[in-house]
Amino acid sequence: MTQPLLELRGVNKSFGVVHVLHDVDFAVYPGQVTALVGDNGAGKSTLVKIIAGIYGRDTGDYIFDGEQVSVHSPRDVAALGVEVVYQDLALCDNLDIVENMFLGREETKGIGLDEVTMESRARETLASLSVRTVKSVRQSVSSLSGGQRQTVAIAKAVLWNSKIVLLDEPTAALGVAQTRQVLDLVRRLADRGLGVVLISHNMGDVFEVADRITALYLGQVAADVPAKDVTHSQVVELITAGRSGDLGLTNAATATI
Amino acid sequence: MTLQTETTDQQSAAHGFDNDNRQAATIGDAARDYVNRLRGGDMGSLPAILGLVVLFGVFASLNDQFLTTYNMANLVVQAGSICVLAMGLVFVLLLGEIDLSAGVAGGAAATITALMLIDYDWTWWLATLAGIAVGAVIGTVIGSLVALLGIPSFVVTLAFFLALQAVPLKLIGSGGSLRFNDEVLRGLSIKNVPVTAGWIAAVLIVAGFAALSLWRYRSRASRGLVHQPLALVVIQIVVLAAIVLGLTALLSTNRAPNPAVFNISGIPWVAPVVIALLLFWTFVLTRTRFGRHLYAVGGNAEAARRAGINVTRIKIAAFVIASSMAAVSGLLAASYTGKVSPGSGGGNELLYAVGAAVIGGTSLFGGRGRAIDAVVGGLVIATIPNGLGLLNQASYINFLVTGGVLLLAASVDAVSRRRRSAAGV
Repeated sequence: MTQPLLELRGVNKSFGVVHVLHDVDFAVYPGQVTALVGDNGAGKSTLVKIIAGIYGRDTGDYIFDGEQVSVHSPRDVAALGVEVVYQDLALCDNLDIVENMFLGREETKGIGLDEVTMESRARETLASLSVRTVKSVRQSVSSLSGGQRQTVAIAKAVLWNSKIVLLDEPTAALGVAQTRQVLDLVRRLADRGLGVVLISHNMGDVFEVADRITALYLGQVAADVPAKDVTHSQVVELITAGRSGDLGLTNAATATI
Repeated sequence: MTLQTETTDQQSAAHGFDNDNRQAATIGDAARDYVNRLRGGDMGSLPAILGLVVLFGVFASLNDQFLTTYNMANLVVQAGSICVLAMGLVFVLLLGEIDLSAGVAGGAAATITALMLIDYDWTWWLATLAGIAVGAVIGTVIGSLVALLGIPSFVVTLAFFLALQAVPLKLIGSGGSLRFNDEVLRGLSIKNVPVTAGWIAAVLIVAGFAALSLWRYRSRASRGLVHQPLALVVIQIVVLAAIVLGLTALLSTNRAPNPAVFNISGIPWVAPVVIALLLFWTFVLTRTRFGRHLYAVGGNAEAARRAGINVTRIKIAAFVIASSMAAVSGLLAASYTGKVSPGSGGGNELLYAVGAAVIGGTSLFGGRGRAIDAVVGGLVIATIPNGLGLLNQASYINFLVTGGVLLLAASVDAVSRRRRSAAGV
């Protein structure tokens, strides 16, 4: 197996007396979709926020491209090329697609904005992701459907030559056809060599696009396996009980405390 | 991820957006586009322009003095201070905030300027800067209270509305007033730009607009980006030229009531001041990062924060701009009346200005608005007392009509906002 692009080793995190993550190892490989699954309260969100630099770690290593790095803020993480697409998409309804994609990182020429460069780059990015559903890049975001918004949010993350994109429940609020669009896009991102992390509750989505599945159970990694080696019901058992046959935590029963 | 060669990228980009619906190819497409946007509730300044046409029609039919060039020049001067106050308010309205203290901040600033002129013999521009500085300080305090402490702007500025009225009252004294007869500042309202200079400025503005639009059209069309059809660009230039040159011609004639004895001609100096501010703030709002961030904070503050925008700084800046513009507006008002009294700015100025911005198309809900809205809306608001004054109506009618117009504008805003969210334009 190739070297992971991003690796967390032995991460512990406590909030006061609550020990949320126990010695978590997590790896993201280039060109692969890694699904992060787990029940509510398993620690998915905490792990994502640690990767995003929003939370610090109590112990554990943050290894990027084989080298240990120190990250203290979301800016450090963005500088590494890691982008997070949050569930509530963080788009401005009153701005158009180009303006949203470049929000906070506008290109300037002299004292003014360089609209020509921004619009060209936005078009290139959307076209390279084979996004065909958006009619115009100068459309206001309020006129887009949920799937199109998700697409714009993902394209915004890709625009900055990012190496890893974390998607938090990207299909949670979408209909069937729109889920289809977004999953296709997720697959294309991985095919372009990015490391993609997909956080999802939907097993159908996970098995459709994921190459690896990392299951969290009460703050511990229950399993980190290739998606083709496990079945739907095994993953559900890993999520709900922490083990499935010879997979998973050996002391799952005691882990509940 | 890294960009491949330029050409392949551009080809693929072109393929991706072959039928870009904003890429209106003909005038017909552009017109259809515009109608669709109107239906969707995106009306811009159209209600204000229609309102202006209706008001002009009504007043012109009721009084033959209304359309005289003398009265038109008067209207321009009367609208000046409302337009400037409203232009400043657009910035706080864009964030979904309100500044109720802008009117009295203008009164306080004008008081300081007048005192500097009278008691300390400062030159006009130093005194003006002192007045604007007073506005900027007031704005900084209000903005900090709103952005840092999180007090609703309605409450903070209501407190300032009450407290700031003390400033002129203390400095001038009850019942007194300060004369405001500095050659230059008073001249803004009572003197006119020399006719030749006015024509040169008008032609320069039209030529500049034409050159800029055509250059923009060419650079966007050549790269295959979203652009308007050439015919529409030309129409826009022609319309602007007609308005600017037409008004210049109108104001360049001798409009004295007794033309044989006096010669009053030229554009009142207020107009270039308002136009310069309009051009400057339009540039800031539409062509700079600051302006873009202002719209972003007004549209979705959380998204702006996540995008790395300093929301606190943007909010404070908006209040500083609003109060500084209020100071300019206070000076223009003092220039028009020739004096500063303890009640300056404490009357209906603020509500007129809010009305002007909203009538012009700025949303009270934040995220939508332009500097030109304030000017168009300001003209509507100023037309009402001007026309009613000519009709010798009792002043209670004036209040009723202005209140009605403001309510109508706010209703149009609310309804069009509902339609927008339904139509998703």
